[in-house]
Amino acid sequence: MTGFVAGTAGRLTPRRFVAALATCLAVTAVIAGFAPLLGTVVDRGWHLDLLGPRAFTPGTIEHQILWAARIPRMLASLEVGAALAAAGCALQALLRNPLAEPFTLGISSGASLAAVLAIRLGVEASFGMTGVGGASLVGAAATLLAVWQLARIGKHLPPATLVLAGVMTSMFCASASVLIQYTSDLAELTHMMQWMLGGMESVRLATVTAAAIPIGAALVVLSGYGRELNALAAGPEVAASLGVAVSRTQTAIFALSSLLVGAAIAVAGPIGFIGLIVPHGLRAVLGPDHRLLVPASMFGGATLLALCDTLARTALPLHHLPTGAVTAVLGVPCFIAILVSQKRRARLWSHA
Amino acid sequence: MVAMAWLHLSDVDVALGAREVVRGVSAQIGPGELVVVVGPNGAGKTTLVRAIAGLVAPQRGTIRVFGHDPLRAPRRAIARDLAYLPQHYELAFPFAAEEVVLLGRYARQHGLGLATPDDLAAARAAMAACDVSHLAARRFDELSGGEARRVILAQALCQGARCLLLDEPTAGLDPAHARAMFALLRAHCDAGAAAVVVTHDLDLALRHAGAMWLIAEGRLAARGAPALVLAAAETRAAFGLEIHVGTLPSGALFAVPA
Repeated sequence: MTGFVAGTAGRLTPRRFVAALATCLAVTAVIAGFAPLLGTVVDRGWHLDLLGPRAFTPGTIEHQILWAARIPRMLASLEVGAALAAAGCALQALLRNPLAEPFTLGISSGASLAAVLAIRLGVEASFGMTGVGGASLVGAAATLLAVWQLARIGKHLPPATLVLAGVMTSMFCASASVLIQYTSDLAELTHMMQWMLGGMESVRLATVTAAAIPIGAALVVLSGYGRELNALAAGPEVAASLGVAVSRTQTAIFALSSLLVGAAIAVAGPIGFIGLIVPHGLRAVLGPDHRLLVPASMFGGATLLALCDTLARTALPLHHLPTGAVTAVLGVPCFIAILVSQKRRARLWSHA
Repeated sequence: MVAMAWLHLSDVDVALGAREVVRGVSAQIGPGELVVVVGPNGAGKTTLVRAIAGLVAPQRGTIRVFGHDPLRAPRRAIARDLAYLPQHYELAFPFAAEEVVLLGRYARQHGLGLATPDDLAAARAAMAACDVSHLAARRFDELSGGEARRVILAQALCQGARCLLLDEPTAGLDPAHARAMFALLRAHCDAGAAAVVVTHDLDLALRHAGAMWLIAEGRLAARGAPALVLAAAETRAAFGLEIHVGTLPSGALFAVPA
């Protein structure tokens, strides 16, 4: 009947809430602490090194690698992963669609297109990176609004149809970006690529720091909407009669999701499927209660993207793989698995 | 009486798109009243109830719920006084039955809203009343239609509202549970609550309700004691058949299509 899988965790008790979040936090902390030490320092064939105590001695090359390259990259992964997974979790609840997440709905590509357009129009020269970041936020919000209108027109639009529209939106935005690129000079192009390709390669500490405040604030506020998201699972009318201020809640979730996606893209470009895999995986373990699922998704997204990025960094001795490609390689099979498991129930493709 | 009324409808028209579904309905409901709303399919019963719940705007006329316009008053305040059970209920996530019931406590919770002892007591009482205590840990989406219906009823009851708006609460329920449900509503209203119940279960309605409204083509075509409304010419015209009201050897009334 529903498009979501969940464990039978039962009612959320204070004890279970604290235990689950403490576990999430511990796992995230271990990964975040350990992963930056791992990697190839010099090419010695297919070889993984662990940075030793020298990494904590200023002036050494190890210190430089750890603090100037790997730590900012780790911080970016944590921040972007948390933002995308929490936004994915909220969007799935809001649209009641198991396939919803920033990337599949085309919201990421909308944000990229807006950023590319802003660069072409010289926004960066006048307002700096903040201006472009603002544009990507507007792009995310506009695409989300379009998706929402679409979901409302076909009130019970099958989940796959909405994603199909998202894929079309992505293609449109990607093509439009390419067209804009053909009219741009080399300096603009270099900046644009950063917004088009998802990855941690070109992450700058300044951006990570700047994005931390809006992302952190949005995550805290979004975590407070767990009860509303639970009630919205029964549809807007039931939620309203349970006492939820539905349109205000929907607007808030939209704004927060746009903010999270826009800021995440400002940091690392479009990264797909984190917002899909993480809430689904956690829901299967922790149950569907959003009071726990939203904050847990934050930690889960941070951890998963940190792992994916570490893999991207260390899988090959000489080259860093694009992080977005790693998440897509993991995410697409997951997407298809959800699609296939729901196809049997036929709800995904047709009216109920 | 007007000042006492919990629900107050005055000359209400509701249109869905271009189609006028409810026309000129005026009515009041106060404490202790159990009103059943009957009528043929598509007569406008559900739309009327949804308008009272503040889910659809009337085109004309006024609706007051405990003195407030349900479209403008804060939903949270409305929800503490008025619980609404929709005809269709589909949950996007596989919550356990107990979690679904506890959703009913939304308007009485604060902050993170983890269930307090009060919430749990209300949920357990509602689940016992609806005979779903044994389903607490089961996944809602794996329940049978009738079981799911009873769980939703428990959700509405545990909301703790003085007034219930129930759209076909007994649809899909077996006869024993359907009767128990009406008996429960009767007891609830005798204890000072009020309920508006849309139903096609004329026999149970006859035996438990204090008043019956017949909705035909959007109008409140007849109202009064159930036995009188069922026997009225308007009812016969609306359903296109006669409802026979008789007396059982025990003295209880029964209603069957003749």
